[in-house]
Amino acid sequence: MLLYLIRRVLYALPIALAVSFVCFLLVHIAPGDPISSIVPPDAPPEVVEQVRVEYGLDKPIIVQFGIWLLHILGGDFGKSLMTGRSVAQELSSAVGNTVILGLTAAIPAFTIACVLGALAAWWRDGWIDRIVGSVSIAAVSTPHYWLGIVLVITFSVFMQWLPAMGAPPGAASEWRFEWDHIRFLVLPAITLAIIPIGIVTRSVRGIVGDILNQDFIVTLGAKGLHNRTIVLHVIKNAAPTTLTVLGLQFGHLIGGSIMVETVFAWPGTGFLLNNAIFQRDIPLLQGTVLILSIFFVTLNLAVDLLQTLLDPRIRRHPGQ
Amino acid sequence: MVAPAEIPPLVQVRDLHVSFRTGDRIIRAVNGVDFDLVPRETLCILGESGSGKSVLLRSLMRLNPPRRTTVSGSLQVCGLDVEHASDNELSDLRGGAVSMIFQEPLTAFDPVFTIGRQISETIVRHDRVSWSEASRRALDLLELVQIPSAKQRLSMYPGELSGGLRQRAMIAMALSCRPQLLLADEPTTALDATVQIQVLVLLRRLQQELGMAMIFVTHDIGVATEIADRVAVMYAGRFVEEGPIGAFVAAPMHPYATGLLAATVNAAARDIRLKAIPGAPPDPSRLPPGCAFEPRCEFAIDACKTGVPELRNLASGRSIRCIRVGAAP
Ligand SMILES: Nc1ncnc2c1ncn2[C@@H]1O[C@H](COP(=O)(O)OP(=O)(O)OP(=O)(O)O)[C@@H](O)[C@H]1O
Ligand SMILES: [Mg+2]
Repeated sequence: MLLYLIRRVLYALPIALAVSFVCFLLVHIAPGDPISSIVPPDAPPEVVEQVRVEYGLDKPIIVQFGIWLLHILGGDFGKSLMTGRSVAQELSSAVGNTVILGLTAAIPAFTIACVLGALAAWWRDGWIDRIVGSVSIAAVSTPHYWLGIVLVITFSVFMQWLPAMGAPPGAASEWRFEWDHIRFLVLPAITLAIIPIGIVTRSVRGIVGDILNQDFIVTLGAKGLHNRTIVLHVIKNAAPTTLTVLGLQFGHLIGGSIMVETVFAWPGTGFLLNNAIFQRDIPLLQGTVLILSIFFVTLNLAVDLLQTLLDPRIRRHPGQ
Repeated sequence: MVAPAEIPPLVQVRDLHVSFRTGDRIIRAVNGVDFDLVPRETLCILGESGSGKSVLLRSLMRLNPPRRTTVSGSLQVCGLDVEHASDNELSDLRGGAVSMIFQEPLTAFDPVFTIGRQISETIVRHDRVSWSEASRRALDLLELVQIPSAKQRLSMYPGELSGGLRQRAMIAMALSCRPQLLLADEPTTALDATVQIQVLVLLRRLQQELGMAMIFVTHDIGVATEIADRVAVMYAGRFVEEGPIGAFVAAPMHPYATGLLAATVNAAARDIRLKAIPGAPPDPSRLPPGCAFEPRCEFAIDACKTGVPELRNLASGRSIRCIRVGAAP
């Protein structure tokens, strides 16, 4: 089992390396010479050349990558061109904010979705199933920006209950679970959660429905077990697959935060990424994309490992 | 066997009909079944695929999908009126006084719980003992059904056992609360021939030792002769012939039963010409108004098409559902 764990982690390393190479290449793929975003357009050629050498842009690309990677591993992501602060600093506060927003959206959303999906499957074709079915289809087809705007108009503009955008002072670094802080999160969290709620509900309905159709469910009934015991069996059977879906959907949710954080001006990684793109702040862009990508690689790895841990059949013979 | 009049029957089924609603069709799986079963007796139900054997067996425990199933007639099992019992009464009966062995032991076990846990939970449910006591009894049960190195098997998952051992474990689970009635739905069909015989011998021995009654579904007449006291031949959801196994095998009376017997390899071994029954069973959503076997029957006359024949009791303790048998042949 331990061997299997180590092997899976080792497999993830080349992926992480490839991802960071692509991030690094962003500078070169992006239209325009990276130098032009550093030096003023009317700079004399000697200055341009000097900057080029200073930033190491005159060396072969693979060497540049090596140098960049060494710096990253040492925690040095360079300086933001926009603010002059170190990218690492910018990122650490943004990551904290995104994590808070992501978890605030995901934990209630996934809980509700799992319960709804399971109820729909248990009473398949009943009225609960029909309602849950149509609600989740509606949820899946709701565009983020549209819902964000509708929520802001309703709850901020008309009712004035909740702030339209922004974050409490200090955001992640001074985060407290108090209404003064939480109220900033309500609208972005709902906006972010809506699509994953729909997808998770539908997937859980499918997963649980398949399990309930299996022969062993009849056996459990034939043994006279109470429904609560049968539910326990269903949960243990559904857990590994459901977990995979939740992991993937958490990924989607964080991906959606790029849009939602921008709409609500929530100072997370998505917001940062957007600013970096529009300001052509290459070091910041590279750092943010890298952190986001590493997050996805880690998430996938974690989901795989957890699924293995939860399924006794695989746990005993991993890797088959 | 003891005459039914002396001992109150364990199972009493009267005019049982079971149908399923699927989309716009109504599937009539069981169409008027009557029988009694006394304690310690074994009834074998024989019949082709789709004749309604499993549905009949399941309805004895009300295990058919509740929302799509319509049941009429009366059903008494171990003193309980199964159709009108409350959910609690029913779940006390299931796995307690009545238990079931399924055809496919691989899919009938929950794949992510150990064998031991699945046996123990039945014991805990019905006998309200501690988990450690239950797993001790589970171990005894595995030894009772002759599973080698039983202690290790307790902590194995169903997928880690061979088919034969899985079916033994299934039998152990069914016996865990000392049922009075064991329902076995083709328990040996999924097994290799040699394993089949071992499991069959084991079942017969346990049935005698524990004094259970048994309803045993199969489409193998060889299996029926090994284990049955009485046999019932089922066709399109009805018993077409019922009686003691010896008399039945010696001289089946219903044309379908005759055909069924002639179509088995056993019969061929005894120098009877092996022949298949021509045609196919009727679609259970469109049953003919007369005898359901009439379209395939070489002795059919016009009268067979009008009205379903009654199941007539003959003097020999046999009963038959055919207007031509016993009448002028
Ligand atoms: N839950 C159900 N819903 C709808 N139709 C069903 C259901 N269960 C059984 N049937 C139908 O009822 C008929 C009888 O099925 P049953 O399973 O009792 O056959 P069987 O005699 O056990 O056959 P086999 O030897 O293949 O097990 C079949 O036509 C089957 O399709
Ligand atoms: Mg069957």
